[in-house]
Amino acid sequence: MAKKTTSRAYLARYFKRCITGPISLLQGLSVTLRYFFNPRKIVTEQYPENRKTLKMHSRFRGSLELIEDENGENVCTACGICERACPNASINILATKNIAGKRVLGRYLYRLGTCTLCSLCVESCPFGAIRMNQKFELSSTDPKDFDLILNQKEGR
Amino acid sequence: MIPSIPHPLGNLIRSVVPYPELAFAINAVIAIIGICAVAFGSAIVLVYMERKVCAHVQCRLGPMRLGFHGTFQTVADTLKLLFKEVYAPGGADKFIFYLAPMIILTSPFLCLCMIPFDYNLQVMESPVAIPLIIAVNGFGILGILLGGWASNNKYSLLGALRGGAQMISYEISFALLLLFIVMMSGSASLQEVTASQAGNILDWWIFKVPVIGFLAFIMFLVSSTAELNRAPFDIAEAEQELTGGYHTEYNGTAFAMFYLAEYINLVTTSALAVVCFLGGYLPPLIGIPVIDSAFSLVPGFIWFALKVFFMIWVYMMIRWTFVRPRIDQLMDLEWKFLLPVNLLLIAAGAVFISFGWIL
Repeated sequence: MAKKTTSRAYLARYFKRCITGPISLLQGLSVTLRYFFNPRKIVTEQYPENRKTLKMHSRFRGSLELIEDENGENVCTACGICERACPNASINILATKNIAGKRVLGRYLYRLGTCTLCSLCVESCPFGAIRMNQKFELSSTDPKDFDLILNQKEGR
Repeated sequence: MIPSIPHPLGNLIRSVVPYPELAFAINAVIAIIGICAVAFGSAIVLVYMERKVCAHVQCRLGPMRLGFHGTFQTVADTLKLLFKEVYAPGGADKFIFYLAPMIILTSPFLCLCMIPFDYNLQVMESPVAIPLIIAVNGFGILGILLGGWASNNKYSLLGALRGGAQMISYEISFALLLLFIVMMSGSASLQEVTASQAGNILDWWIFKVPVIGFLAFIMFLVSSTAELNRAPFDIAEAEQELTGGYHTEYNGTAFAMFYLAEYINLVTTSALAVVCFLGGYLPPLIGIPVIDSAFSLVPGFIWFALKVFFMIWVYMMIRWTFVRPRIDQLMDLEWKFLLPVNLLLIAAGAVFISFGWIL
């Protein structure tokens, strides 16, 4: 049961609200006025028109890619931790042995079609060999486009 | 007897056209065309303006694609609305269902007739314009109630009943504040209310009566926002609760008419606020002779349009900033706050007049 208010307390609250109400309304209005007169605060992107200059923010998670140094070499050791971390089994590491008999990366299979871009593989990688890139125009009409081999780049 | 209102254009046509009946018909057609042009033109401009203001308040851009910065977006929207199929829901009272949008459109058009856009730019100069506007505003409630009732929809009915209760309550404050201005200026004719504010900017009723003029203006803003059924007082069409309120079941042209009525009402209420508090079509003279003479050269209807658009902008900022109160809070605000303060304000106004404290 609600607590009974005395008429004195009710009146005190009433007059208090007559003062605090307009103040809080003016506070709200000051925020919207600031936004209205500051067109720089607008966050909308005019996407197809500004495609050339559009820059995604750094936290954006696009498709997965291997981090390469200036020689085009990656640091992936084919340990397979990302493969086990992936909840959708989108990653398959096909390892081979090099001439010295050491385990190296053969093919890094990445299925974009089943990937949820959760970035768990990036967080689990102990060598910092992979990252999520900034590409977001990923759609395609051919399902083959979603089966990527990350360590085989075009033109190689 | 043929009714005739003295007016330069009307007198010209009456002197040129030989038959008084024909002259009356021509004058009426001119007036109707003028009012329709103002109504439809302003509605299209205001829908665009509302979308832009709303967008910029919310850090968005609003319509940008069609024409320069989306200027033709509302034209396209209007065309789309007009070409849609008109149908009534099953079980609806067809006659009243289609009558309601027409009723709701009468009051804004009648109010628009009485607004003095300039000294000679007024369809009807009535010595009792303010009581007439208060009376005619009641049509809006009738349209909402009939539309909600005839739709055979619980949401519509609830919205209509809530809207009706709200508008009837706030009509009291609205009327009392207009009567405050009538008391101050000593006339209920909008031309004379405007003429009573002649002089510099301090002679407008918002500043002329110290403190309580400004208070009355703020309260007029509150009660007229409720009267317009706009957020934060859009109880009649609270989307989150009632999907669309009284116009849930309307589509196509009928919906466009409700929409049109809302925006013409916005124009007439802003115009009323401008006439009553902000000096109507008079230029804002500030006492410096050079600027004053330049301001006086600008025709009155431009000043009127500027002031009206400023008021509309204020209404839009209010709409997109404040949150909607519950229906009981809304009634509390009217009956426990606005009405007592209004009565005190009118008493204080009488004291101000009798002691001559008006600037």
